[in-house]
Amino acid sequence: MSGPSTYVPKWGIAKWMDARLPLPRMVYDSFIAYPVPRNLNYFWTFGGILMLMLVSQIITGVVLAMHYTPHSTLAFNSVESIMRDVEYGWLIRYMHSTGASFFFIAVYIHIFRGLYYGSYKAPREVLWILGCIIFLLMMATAFMGYVLPWGQMSFWGATVITNLFSAIPLVGETIVTFLWGGYSVDNPTLTRFFSLHFLLPFMIFGVVILHVWALHVTGQNNPTGVEVKAVQKDTVPFTPYATIKDAFAMICFFVVFSYFIFYMPNYLGHADNYVQANPAVTPPHIVPEWYFLPFYAILRAVPDKLGGVMLMGAAVVILAFLPWLDTSKVKSMRYRPLARQCFWAFAVTCVVLGWLGSRPAEQPYVLLSQIFSALYFAYFLIALPLLGLFETPNKLPGSIAESVLSKIKGGSAAAVGAAAASEPNTKG
Amino acid sequence: MNLFRTTLAACAAIIIGTAAIPAAQAAGGGTKPPEYPWSFDGPFGTFDRAQLQRGYKVFREVCSACHAMGLVRFRNLSQKGGPEFTEAQVRALAADFKIMDGPNEQGEMFERPGRPSDAFPKPFPNEQAARAANGGAYPPDMSVLAKARNYERGFPLFLFDILTQYQEGGPDYIKAVMTGYEDPPAGTTLQPGQNWNKYMPGNIIAMPNVLNDGQIEYPKGPDGKPSAPETAKQYAADVTAFLVWAAEPHMEQRKRIGFQVIVFLTLFAGLLYFTKKRIWSRLPEHAPGTH
Ligand code: HEC
Ligand code: HEM
Repeated sequence: MSGPSTYVPKWGIAKWMDARLPLPRMVYDSFIAYPVPRNLNYFWTFGGILMLMLVSQIITGVVLAMHYTPHSTLAFNSVESIMRDVEYGWLIRYMHSTGASFFFIAVYIHIFRGLYYGSYKAPREVLWILGCIIFLLMMATAFMGYVLPWGQMSFWGATVITNLFSAIPLVGETIVTFLWGGYSVDNPTLTRFFSLHFLLPFMIFGVVILHVWALHVTGQNNPTGVEVKAVQKDTVPFTPYATIKDAFAMICFFVVFSYFIFYMPNYLGHADNYVQANPAVTPPHIVPEWYFLPFYAILRAVPDKLGGVMLMGAAVVILAFLPWLDTSKVKSMRYRPLARQCFWAFAVTCVVLGWLGSRPAEQPYVLLSQIFSALYFAYFLIALPLLGLFETPNKLPGSIAESVLSKIKGGSAAAVGAAAASEPNTKG
Repeated sequence: MNLFRTTLAACAAIIIGTAAIPAAQAAGGGTKPPEYPWSFDGPFGTFDRAQLQRGYKVFREVCSACHAMGLVRFRNLSQKGGPEFTEAQVRALAADFKIMDGPNEQGEMFERPGRPSDAFPKPFPNEQAARAANGGAYPPDMSVLAKARNYERGFPLFLFDILTQYQEGGPDYIKAVMTGYEDPPAGTTLQPGQNWNKYMPGNIIAMPNVLNDGQIEYPKGPDGKPSAPETAKQYAADVTAFLVWAAEPHMEQRKRIGFQVIVFLTLFAGLLYFTKKRIWSRLPEHAPGTH
């Protein structure tokens, strides 16, 4: 997709720079001339939204770090003093804590977009795997960030999750002691988590650069899953077409984000985290943040600790193998009637797992968690490998341009027929 | 879409079926508190100054005997968006207290009258002393107590709460606990120092009932009658509103700025939408389904 550069430096200084470090050329090629499929829908704006959220988390995070004190006896009150005494400290802190949730909302939409339109398939495997690495780093960052305010959930969440490593045979206990910096979650744990929580977002930033680089090599997938054939007909230049659309989507996302920051800043959090950490008092229910709940449900579905840890790890890692587990050549679920149903069943499974993760570990929830964990893995290990072999896909459009044109014709012919026209029933 | 519909229906049935379970369990641990119409509810909610001032009086005269509120300073009482006592009133309120300060140039600690910059003094020097005086139980610090309590809303209420902006679980619970003391059900024997409360999770609470009708005198209006009913219910509502302000002193500013931000962003989004339409219409075979 990146093709030969069409950048022509206009001014002397630009020519001088272009011959030494062609940074303006890179920006021009990646964000102005870069061809994007003309049929992208709004699910393709979430990449830009994620970029914006990362920048927002870094800026608010750096400001928080100026006022925050990483010490087990001072952390809780230092966060509260940010909320009370720092000018607009409440805004910075609520942007950051709510921002973590919205970062995950955006990333989950982004991932499910990829699942639906088959964006993980050749030639985008490396792009997809880089995305999985970002997801993993985000989870680590958010987990350690949640420990910093040193409330009850911070402390007990950290205790439960770090304890999982003790399930590893032979070296488990040593790893846990190393993570804690002692024999329990305490001040050394807090200080190392703070340091890592500061570091990881910049590592995410690095992987994001690779992610975007890989994207600009292969070009974007699109709702038909048919690759770009003729750049002239199938694509539009990034600027102004994608820029303005992304900007519109970002602002819409920020309207919803603002609604939560200003009106319900604690809705997505847990009241117990406003109680200072107390190693002597275990809260009745230790629940992770909502974005971890599906994985927490899978963890608790297995009665054996090591088994649970491995299954939970597998639930994340399996995403990276998707390019090879899905055997179908057709990318977009639009043309895969059976796979599409499995996709929606999978999406519902994830929501149900999330709900189960918030329930106490008792019956019938444990049994349900086991059933739905099985369904989760069935999507990757049974549905996608087999469907590629047995499913008859619908007829694909010849090109992106063709699908766009057929949509116009279908739309003007009859409103009712429009849907049918875009998804032809002929088997291919 | 048959497979999908079947899965969806099955999941819905499971969720609705099991959603009844936590409700039943909760009934054993503490009743759901009723929703009270607070003045600070909703997107335009503000504190009722007179209520916060009365709430301070209840806190000062009753709760502060056992509970600390270490993060609040006297000067906060005159800040905008709070009880908004005058600065002279705040100086007088602070001077009511003796504060331990020092060391002075001789290296000695000394007592002086409180100043607006002082934090609310704590009733006990440390947790052990607080426990010793309360039969082993620790009265929690009240600075963020209103945010530190909540109760489970359950499905599907927790989804509707996003639209109704219900986030008063903390205050509703606290107000309910303050007036939720009852005789224990027949057959339950309480240890000395334990009390039965309808709303406390597990029903057993170490704090005694501390609010009784007529116990605190409210400021009199011009007609010589108290400005609000001197009842336990009213005291509970007033002190709870005060606790909400203490936990969230910038709430009014937050909601006010939020409205401005959301109006601005919505208008901005509208402009961007029409710009986008305009730009995309330049494409010759502009496709309807693609914007
Ligand atoms: C006699 C001392 C005393 C006084 C006065 C007092 N409390 Fe308490 N309070 C306690 C103790 C002790 C606890 C801890 C209860 C427990 O853990 O069982 C407590 C706990 C609480 C709780 C937390 C309940 C929970 O969910 O854990 C609230 C809310 C509360 N008090 C509100 C008040 C308010 C409001 C006032 C003033 C009107 C007040 N208290 C006055 C001793 C007191
Ligand atoms: C990938 C991006 C990031 C994510 C997902 C993230 C997530 C989180 C989360 C979930 C919390 C706990 C919030 C709370 O309950 O209060 C938190 C706190 C914090 N974060 Fe981040 N963060 C990110 C980036 C950063 C950066 C770049 C910094 C600083 C350089 C930073 C500094 C802090 C500090 C100081 C706190 C503690 C203050 C507080 O609890 O409000 N964060 N973060």
